[in-house]
Amino acid sequence: MTAAAPAIGALLMTEDLSAYYGEREAVGNVSLTFARKAVTAVIGPSGCGKTTLLRCLNRIHEVAFDARVAGRVLLDGDDIYASDVDPMAIRRRVGMVFQRPNPFPTLSILDNTLSCAGRTLTRRQRLECAERALHSAALWDEVKDKLRSSPLRLSGGQQQRLCIARAIAAEPEVLLMDEPTASLDPIATAVIEELMSRLSDDFTIVAVTHNMQQAARVSDYTAFMLADQDGVGRLIEVDETAKLFTKPADRRTEDYITGRFG
Amino acid sequence: MRYHRLRQRRALGSLGTALALLCAVLAAGALLAILGYVVVQGIGAINWAFLTQLPHPIGVPGGGVGNGILGTFIIIGIATAMAVPIGLLTGIYLALFGRGPIPEALRFMSDVLSGVPSIAIGLFAYAVLVAPLKHFSAFSASFAFMMLMLPLMVRTSEQAIRSVPQTVREGALALGMSNFRATIYIVVPTARPAIITALLLAIARVTGETAPLLFTAFGTQYWETNPNHPMAVLALQVFNYAISPYPDWQAQAWAGALLLVAAVFVLSLGARLMLRRAMRGLES
Repeated sequence: MTAAAPAIGALLMTEDLSAYYGEREAVGNVSLTFARKAVTAVIGPSGCGKTTLLRCLNRIHEVAFDARVAGRVLLDGDDIYASDVDPMAIRRRVGMVFQRPNPFPTLSILDNTLSCAGRTLTRRQRLECAERALHSAALWDEVKDKLRSSPLRLSGGQQQRLCIARAIAAEPEVLLMDEPTASLDPIATAVIEELMSRLSDDFTIVAVTHNMQQAARVSDYTAFMLADQDGVGRLIEVDETAKLFTKPADRRTEDYITGRFG
Repeated sequence: MRYHRLRQRRALGSLGTALALLCAVLAAGALLAILGYVVVQGIGAINWAFLTQLPHPIGVPGGGVGNGILGTFIIIGIATAMAVPIGLLTGIYLALFGRGPIPEALRFMSDVLSGVPSIAIGLFAYAVLVAPLKHFSAFSASFAFMMLMLPLMVRTSEQAIRSVPQTVREGALALGMSNFRATIYIVVPTARPAIITALLLAIARVTGETAPLLFTAFGTQYWETNPNHPMAVLALQVFNYAISPYPDWQAQAWAGALLLVAAVFVLSLGARLMLRRAMRGLES
């Protein structure tokens, strides 16, 4: 097992991280470093624990009943699982975009965007904040005339960009994306992928994807995970994307990217 | 042998279908018969005076149940004001922290409560509110109604909250919202149509209840708005008029029954409409 990602400039890393649902170990002993202001893709077949790994990085894993975590996750050097750390504070620093767009159905587009921005802002500041976030998410031009309407009127791709805007309005340092284009058509996917590349100028992005082409297109680094014979998700290898896809160090990685299984 | 006794099987199937259809017609027919009978018997006595005037003394024709209608609104209004916050918060608690012995015990007690005969609940209200204070009161009736509404509110609002997709709640938590804020600002509003459905059904449930009123609200011949006093209630008036020997009053009992049935009908219809809205909201 290699963990050869650049330790220099790392904002987020896991140390010997394991995640459980009850007795079942879904992720085992993953030590992985995520480069600052870059896109790291986590790939692997279904059930390899990649989504669970991602959900450990903002402490949303523990929301599920019976879920627990062992090991450490360091954000800027501090363990986010330390006993004195408030998960809410972590989730403000580590934003998340889910597999299916999940705008809040009862809030307007504007209120969705601002749902976790500061509550003490003046009306003017709120509008500016929303405009900034929606601009960053490449959605402003499409929604600027209907900020007060329901997000459910938007297309799936627009809803997903609204969720991205909502996440970045909180000004996080890290953005976690769990198969963000899995439910979108190719055009909406292309828009999101371009957005991911652009957002990596400002954010450290970790994106789970089962789509290897997508990983190759958008990521700077790629981590490959695979479940072992006990069903425990293990990190097989991580490297610069170009290198991992052309000269993988591990046989299993090669088998996967050449389509021999998974 | 593949088509062994095919004809018999087909005949048996048709017979089953016919039986099911017959039962369905009987069930629907019973409802329609009740509705039709109440309408035919009651519609003649309904007029503006009936809806707005006080009852007339025995032997004086005319008069109405205006005070009973007002009392029904007041008693159900107070009951709702008590049942909604308690029921909704309990439902939220069960939906979000619903594992373990305490939630299970709560669910069980709520199910038991929903099966307790309403007259027993009325007796309980009498024992804790009427007897110690030594007078009948509308509030004690509201208290009994609240006990009848609570189990419905608890279980249906738990279901409503549970039906909100987990992704919506996780989306809120992932933004750094507290569990409380995510629930109150995101999850509950998403479940609102379903919760209102539950509320309408709970109100419909108590609208026609009479037994608990006998020894709580008690009834009066006058306009009464003070919840601390005995109060006229429509269902109670129907009961009293129906068992009276006077044809005038019996006609008014039918008219009152028609009003009650109409109210339940409208509430149920509203509940269905809200439910449809709830389903639509959750699909998207």
